[in-house]
Amino acid sequence: MIMISNLFNRKIFTLLKVQYSNMLEYRVEIALWAISGIIPFFMLNIWTNNNLNESINISDVLLSRYFLCAFFVRQFSVVWVVFSFEEDSLMGRVSPYLIQPLNPFFRYFAQHLAEQITRFPFALIIAFFFFIFNPESIWIPNLGTLLLSIVSTFLSFLIQFLIQSIVACLCFWTEKASSIERLLFIPTLFLSGLLAPVVSFPAYVKSWIYLTPFPYLIDFPANLLSGNETNISGGLGMQILWICLLLPLFKKIWSEGTKKYTAMGS
Amino acid sequence: MNLRKYLKVYKKFLHTSLASELEYKTNILVDLITAILSLVGSIFLLSIFFQNNGYIGGWKFEQALIIQAIYTILNGITNTWFNPNLTEIVKHIREGTLDFVLLKPIDSQFFISLKKINPSGFLEIMIGFLLLLFCIRINQINLNLSFLTLSLITISCSICILYSLWFFISTSTIWFVKTWNAIEVLRSFLYIGRFPLNSFSFSLRIFFSVFIPIAFITTIPSEVFLGLSVLWKILLEFIVATVFLITSRKFWLFALKFYSSASS
Repeated sequence: MIMISNLFNRKIFTLLKVQYSNMLEYRVEIALWAISGIIPFFMLNIWTNNNLNESINISDVLLSRYFLCAFFVRQFSVVWVVFSFEEDSLMGRVSPYLIQPLNPFFRYFAQHLAEQITRFPFALIIAFFFFIFNPESIWIPNLGTLLLSIVSTFLSFLIQFLIQSIVACLCFWTEKASSIERLLFIPTLFLSGLLAPVVSFPAYVKSWIYLTPFPYLIDFPANLLSGNETNISGGLGMQILWICLLLPLFKKIWSEGTKKYTAMGS
Repeated sequence: MNLRKYLKVYKKFLHTSLASELEYKTNILVDLITAILSLVGSIFLLSIFFQNNGYIGGWKFEQALIIQAIYTILNGITNTWFNPNLTEIVKHIREGTLDFVLLKPIDSQFFISLKKINPSGFLEIMIGFLLLLFCIRINQINLNLSFLTLSLITISCSICILYSLWFFISTSTIWFVKTWNAIEVLRSFLYIGRFPLNSFSFSLRIFFSVFIPIAFITTIPSEVFLGLSVLWKILLEFIVATVFLITSRKFWLFALKFYSSASS
């Protein structure tokens, strides 16, 4: 048993190492990706410039911390597995992956983790500039909060990774699964709290939104990290619940899909 | 330059790319739903901004809706023409197929900018127009000839600026090879075109009018619709559009000097 888990760890470690050196080759690319995530700062600008935060009882400082954290959470939970998988499956590269004694999604998973490590310094630089322009919002979260928010950001990443992997498996049936992903991205964008904190949503949305996975993707981890009010155990519980729901679904669709898969030329 | 020849070639382009895109019919449906949802989402976001305030940056909700309509139309145009073609440049350069384009007895910028078309963008343009008509009704705008010409001119200028921005970034692929992400950066910046320029702080307003003229793209046409526009702004937009178009052309010819094909 220990041997098996050792072997498994070694695989993951090797994959991570390979993908990390691969990602380092594309530093400029990743810097640009990091910059493309600055929409929350534009939104913050609208909120504070029009004094919109007064109506939802969040101070300027807390709101700017919220949007900074939303930026960070988004940076470390971006998922693009469906686009990679679609390309690989159209090009027929999935076939060799299927022969390997490892689910190909581990490869993508390692790719994402490696990308996040490469992205980290760029995100820090952007945060540094943010603090230069907004020196009053500097704060240091305590260690416990920091750890909890790292965990919840990772869980948010896992939820999105699972949802996209499920969509990616649709590649076995249709050629363009990425357009379904683009469709799913719209509610994620507007309901996750990236553009406006969920607290500010009208009551008719707030009544059902906490049952969907969306607020746990960005709003919950960002509130946690920025020190805004949030229900910690409830949020983490819902994140884990969604992962428990999505994981078996992914396994099911994966096994169905691979049965359906016909390699190029067959 | 022979106009008739180019028209004939463009007809062929339309025919071939429509035929290939219509192969993916469900895709078009999914794209339509995506366009509708993203408009609903932005209006939802706008309604959050307005829920306790009457004005944002001096704009009422009904007036801000015009910006959404124009943004949707322009986004539809981007998705129909700019996005499918200009991302293709990246591929041409990486795989060295730009050689084949350059060898053709036709202008390379024309070929590269108009070769493909994505029909699902049409539907987005239509949704934008419907919203615009609705806005014209609720804002009680009088339609007359001078107003129509002015709005047509400003919107065409916006299209030119938008095209040039996309084309600049795609052309820079000749040096950087992978500009995929630069396009993503542009997309995220363009997103602020959904909101009135006056709702941003002074420094951002300067940034978005001087460095990346997103301000001109949606705000000025919307002001024309509301009858708020001043003549110098329209003139300025016209000048910016012309400058951008000319430089994009010059930049392409300049960049081509640095293009070395795949095997050389």
